[in-house]
Amino acid sequence: MMASSYKDEDGHITVSGSGAAAGGGGGSLRSKKPENTAFKQQRLPAWQPILTAGTVLPAFFIIGLMFIPIGIGLYVTSNNIKEFEVDYTGVEMSSPCFTCSQNFSWNSTKPCTCSVPFHLDQPYESNVFMYYGLSNFYQNHRRYVKSRDDSQLNGNEESLRKPSKECEPYAKSNNKPIAPCGAIANSMFNDSLELIYIDPNGTKVQIPLTATGIAWWTDKHVKFRNPGAENTNLTVVFQGTTRPVNWRRPVFQLDSDPDNNGFINEDFIVWMRTAALPTFRKLYRIIQRRSNVHPTLPRGNYTLEVVYNYPVRSFEGRKRMILSTISWMGGKNPFLGIAYVSVGSVCFLLGVLLLIIHHKYGNRNNAAEISH
Amino acid sequence: LVCTRKRSLEERRVKANDREHNEKFQYANNCIVTSKYNILTFLPVNLFEQFQEVANTYFLFLLILQLIPQISSLSWFTTIVPLALVLSITAVKDATDDYFRHKSDNQVNNRQSQVLIRGSLQNEKWMNVKVGDIIKLENNQFVAADLLLLSSTEPHGLCYIETAELDGETNMKVRQSVSVTAELGDPNNLASFDGEVVCEPPNNKLDRFCGTLYWREKKYPLTNQNMLLRGCVLRNTEACYGLVIFAGPDTKLMQNSGRTKFKRTSIDRLMNTLVLWIFGFLVCMGVILAVGNAVWEREVGSLFQSYLPWDPPVDNFMFSAFLSFWSYIIILNTVVPISLYVSVEVIRLGHSYFINWDRQMFCSRCNTAAESRTTTLNEELGQVEYIFSDKTGTLTQNIMTFNKCSINGQTYGEVTDPLGKQPKRLDFTPFNPLANPDFCFYDEKLLESVKVGDLHTHEFFRLLSLCHTVMSEEKSEGELVYKAQSPDEGALVTAARNFGFVFRSRTPGTITTTEMGRTVTYSLLAILDFNNIRKRMSVIVRNPEGRICLYCKGADTVLLERLHPCNQELMSITSDHLNEYGADGLRTLALAYRELSEDEWEAWSESHRCADKATDCREDRLAAAYDKIEQDMKLLGATAIEDKLQEGVPETIALLSLANIKIWVLTGDKQETAVNIGYSCKMLTDDMTEVFIIGGHTVQSVRQELRSAVVCRLQNTAGSFRKMRQKLLYISGEFALIISGHSLAHALEADMEAEFVSTACACKAVICCRVTPLQKAQVVELIKKHKKAVTLAIGDGANDVSMIKSAHIGVGISGQEGIQAVLASDYSFAQFRFLQRLLLVHGRWSYLRMCRFLCYFFYKNFAFTMVHFWFGFFCGFSAQTVYDQFFITLYNIVYTSLPVLAMGVFDQDVPDHRSLEYPKLYEPGQLNLLFNKKEFFICITQGIYTSVVLFFVPYAVLSDATQSNGVPLADYQTFAVTTATALVIVVSVQIALDTGFWTVFNHMFVWGSVGSYFTIMFALHSQTLFRIFPNQFRFIGSAQNTLLQPVVWLTIALATAVCVVPVLAFRFLKLDLKPQLSDTLVRQKRRKPGGRSIGGAWRGTGSVSEGRLGARGGSRRSGYAFSHQEGFGELITSGKNMRLSSLALANFASKHSSSWIETLRRKKTNHTPPIKSVSCFSGVCFSLIILRSAL
Repeated sequence: MMASSYKDEDGHITVSGSGAAAGGGGGSLRSKKPENTAFKQQRLPAWQPILTAGTVLPAFFIIGLMFIPIGIGLYVTSNNIKEFEVDYTGVEMSSPCFTCSQNFSWNSTKPCTCSVPFHLDQPYESNVFMYYGLSNFYQNHRRYVKSRDDSQLNGNEESLRKPSKECEPYAKSNNKPIAPCGAIANSMFNDSLELIYIDPNGTKVQIPLTATGIAWWTDKHVKFRNPGAENTNLTVVFQGTTRPVNWRRPVFQLDSDPDNNGFINEDFIVWMRTAALPTFRKLYRIIQRRSNVHPTLPRGNYTLEVVYNYPVRSFEGRKRMILSTISWMGGKNPFLGIAYVSVGSVCFLLGVLLLIIHHKYGNRNNAAEISH
Repeated sequence: LVCTRKRSLEERRVKANDREHNEKFQYANNCIVTSKYNILTFLPVNLFEQFQEVANTYFLFLLILQLIPQISSLSWFTTIVPLALVLSITAVKDATDDYFRHKSDNQVNNRQSQVLIRGSLQNEKWMNVKVGDIIKLENNQFVAADLLLLSSTEPHGLCYIETAELDGETNMKVRQSVSVTAELGDPNNLASFDGEVVCEPPNNKLDRFCGTLYWREKKYPLTNQNMLLRGCVLRNTEACYGLVIFAGPDTKLMQNSGRTKFKRTSIDRLMNTLVLWIFGFLVCMGVILAVGNAVWEREVGSLFQSYLPWDPPVDNFMFSAFLSFWSYIIILNTVVPISLYVSVEVIRLGHSYFINWDRQMFCSRCNTAAESRTTTLNEELGQVEYIFSDKTGTLTQNIMTFNKCSINGQTYGEVTDPLGKQPKRLDFTPFNPLANPDFCFYDEKLLESVKVGDLHTHEFFRLLSLCHTVMSEEKSEGELVYKAQSPDEGALVTAARNFGFVFRSRTPGTITTTEMGRTVTYSLLAILDFNNIRKRMSVIVRNPEGRICLYCKGADTVLLERLHPCNQELMSITSDHLNEYGADGLRTLALAYRELSEDEWEAWSESHRCADKATDCREDRLAAAYDKIEQDMKLLGATAIEDKLQEGVPETIALLSLANIKIWVLTGDKQETAVNIGYSCKMLTDDMTEVFIIGGHTVQSVRQELRSAVVCRLQNTAGSFRKMRQKLLYISGEFALIISGHSLAHALEADMEAEFVSTACACKAVICCRVTPLQKAQVVELIKKHKKAVTLAIGDGANDVSMIKSAHIGVGISGQEGIQAVLASDYSFAQFRFLQRLLLVHGRWSYLRMCRFLCYFFYKNFAFTMVHFWFGFFCGFSAQTVYDQFFITLYNIVYTSLPVLAMGVFDQDVPDHRSLEYPKLYEPGQLNLLFNKKEFFICITQGIYTSVVLFFVPYAVLSDATQSNGVPLADYQTFAVTTATALVIVVSVQIALDTGFWTVFNHMFVWGSVGSYFTIMFALHSQTLFRIFPNQFRFIGSAQNTLLQPVVWLTIALATAVCVVPVLAFRFLKLDLKPQLSDTLVRQKRRKPGGRSIGGAWRGTGSVSEGRLGARGGSRRSGYAFSHQEGFGELITSGKNMRLSSLALANFASKHSSSWIETLRRKKTNHTPPIKSVSCFSGVCFSLIILRSAL
């Protein structure tokens, strides 16, 4: 590419003025001898690591011996985490949400509700996290991912009136700018889920769900901001804009709490943090631990009350509700423990195998090799 | 006007002193432009040139694709940043190169010359010299343009030039003006000269010129003999005047400097092939993913329309797939990143600097450091299999020294000091005030013998002082300068001078010497000149006492046959001495004399005159006459001249052949000389089974000789069938091939070349003698064509230029006279022996580094890019990237570039002295073991494996994982950060494993890159940047949110272990079970730091530093080779080449001259075979001048 090399085509660089040399100059000829520095002579002090039996084999054993206990620890931790999952899509006829899933239309004004009964075998201690999970939903599709205007979501007034082109075709509706614009916002998950505990004696107790604290701190406080920073009346702020096509309520009516309304509504923020894979779960609510005596969710029968707004049948998607406790390493994750144990054991076995090979066939007599 | 134009194409008309007339033809003026740009044109022209590079255009194309929103899967800056970087680096380099060209152009164009304008001499810059001007040149000045010599200060309009710059020959040549203009003399007459020259249009033939001078209604033919070409230097001539015929770009020098051929290394070519394959692979991946996209859009995407409609112009899945193909081409293009080319250039540049900086390749005597003039060929230095070397000036210094002699059965010059002390150099000054202080001799016995007055010794040196064709010049008393046609003769006459027999001066009929302080004048009766068949020359002189004596010197084979029978005993002793000298690689010469009686002389003189005047078969008759008198001579002794090799030549050649490099010597010299040098630099040895000499003049004879060589080789091999196994290893070690230029011409013909190559390549040494520059290039091309091997040509003269240009690597010997070879070369240094360091140390390292670099580079980019491919299956084939676009932009230019560059620049496996001790270490390069298609596949397989791990491990771990506060980890940004971090860590661990030589820079770059990754990531994910550009920096907070999670780090550790452990195991197994020599050496070094003893012993067997003694007792080779031409004796006796002043002393010149001019003329006409070798040229020149002057 830059391989041009400079060559003087005319042979006139050196002037061998043998006649002039005697008269002029006289000064000592500058030596062109290169400097004697370690760098220029390529003698920089250096460390030369060599893969020898003495270094490689112990490394294998150390990796093995480190990974196996870590893996066991992870596995045990993961096993102690309780997780419960219920699919409420309503695909089968027998499913309670079947009717809702069949008669769905975006424009219907009458919400469809269904209740899904389930049973928890174990009591759930400490905080319990409630997730909704979607399958076959491509939140990671390129056109989907880019279809948002972060400037608008950050409260930029100009972007609010004039959403970015990336939001197309969800930038304007009826000649009014959409707030929030884009395909992501438009497809926001809007089922509402309620959890009801059925006491052994038959009374139904609604489990209190916390809707805040489910988003990243940076998202809630930096990335998402309502426009018109001082003006707390969101209705005024969002005047002149229209709600996304699929939404039933405008953005300023997402919640009654002003700190959880508009763009900083946490359900909205959670949805806007797109998933990496087509099957994903998002945090929906937190069930706070109430007392040290009673488990947060005692063992027993529950009902999941669903206001079925979100259609997934059209693209063969699935909707789930997940309840999970948590440890220092997060939720249930058996893979990590198993992977660590297996990698550790493979390393250890490899170490043993290499040791045997080295002893049997290894080339330890190097001098003989050289003299040939 | 059209008519004149047309005519000017066919011929050139130049009228002296008439600028107006000459301007009509619009001939080029003498201004030379080698630069390519000026300030205004630089940007457009340079950009245009750069976009002619396929890679640049490709990236421009990508950039345009990225501007289409439906396709753009990446922001435009991911491509434009690297592209701009590359373009500007190249532009800066081009600009600097061009600046130096401008500078050198200016320097040349602004040289002063004296131009005759309106009757007076005026100083003009070279660039203002016009065709038709008459310019004055002074001694030691460069000729400014191609001139027609008009007159000179020397008699007969002669002038001497040195053409080293033009054709590399350092001997002087003579040019002569047309006699009518020679008489013009001074500027006043020349100002009125209005001759018109009609001649051929500009061409690049250095030895041909054809034209006619029209003056005063007369025509004078012009030849090359009348021309002074640009680039020559005027020597030994006070001043001369010339008419400018060709100027500037039309001069033969400029016409000859064709565009330098662009050389590419084999790695380059391999890289280009691989890049093409990768493009193919890229397209395949694009197609697979596009098909996937079509299927997905049809099966899933169409159902998903309510959430995600197609972009406006897309209305069906096929179109979507088409767009997705291009989107994937964009994001997967990083498998061939633009930074590959830049990095390769940077590494090569670094290696070039290391060559320039190497103190061990610095010649302090000529104050020249090695220079790598091309920065693109370094790694090929590690793969050389064939070296083509020039002889004179490259292997030898072209200095002859009088080394030994044998006088009357006593050998002198052998100084054996058991203690190995430096012998003392003899000081001749107290004994002889006329001695040459530069002369070196160490044997005191010889001087004693002279002082004692030993008759034989005196006669020996008398012969040396009389029997030669040297001219002397004595500027002031005692300050003698000898001008010898061949350095051999110069050495002999200088030896005689120092031992008290000083040749002072000669006239056509006399030779004046100072013998032991006494001036003696001999009358020179005849010179029995040298020629190739006679291999001897004699003089017949009459000493002041009237005694007539014939002195003869010549090749021992011919001379010993002509001795008087009574010399038998002396002959056998001398013969032994000659054998010894021959075995030492010295050029030997036997000396003999014979006293003639007056009658004998008269009788012979008569027959000689008769033969001389004969019109038919004159030469044969003369030879017969000479033969008659050169009989019954008495042997005086023998001389041994050392054709001084450059320092360390035999050692270098031995070392290089141990490194399995074949060395061919291509020389314009004679066979004897070449063979002699072959022996003295240990290319040929007496242990060789057979030395094939091919010297046939016809196709049949050459073919016959080649066939018999093959048969002989087979017989030898078959005969020792029992030792077959050994033989197979050394089969090529036992033969040598010597072929002369005229045979080579036949051997190079299409039907014989394969046969020639197979025979020649089976030989350990090949010497081609009497070859023309063109043939040198042909031989190189032949090997390039048939052997697919890397060739290197090394030479010092302009006759080597063609060979240097056609070989893969050209090396010029600098610090000599003439720089044409250096200018054409890719590397230059002052001594042949530096070649071993250039190849075995720098070349080997360069190759190793480049290979390691390429392996790692392809690996890291596949590991990086293929993750997108796997992700494609999970994101609906939508060309969504896994990583943040900033990471994609910076990955190749910031996060991973420097560690691999540091490895590519600094890596070493074994230290330099080890590579010289174990030349076998060079072999992997020749066999191309370190980077080839197989290695490439291993690399990309490893890369793909890594990408699989890097995608699926986070996939498996993160898909259900949550943060410790319950927030899921499987969001896109966390996934991107985790994968990117794992990638950076894995490739850093990999480079750490690959780096074998951790200098402070490697540490700095490896740790620095990982550090910079985290720093830059945190900066890019910071709130500050997000607040300014919310749409560009969407990853706000991802870094801290992700990297604070223990699960993420556990994932990264897991991925790293899974990636690295197999590699580590494979490397260990390879090292343990099949270690390379270099691996063993590195380990051995660790085990015993002082372990040189083994190496030393091993090296000893390789006969690297075998002394002269080892080769004792070999065959005798008479190596006397006059490098001058026959006919010189006649030139002397005619007195034509002597100054008028000296001619005045001898008034009988004319008597001789007529006769020999006749003979020369006849010779000229009979001499039908064209003279190919440039070296014959000077001899013929001489004859021609004389011929002209006689007309």
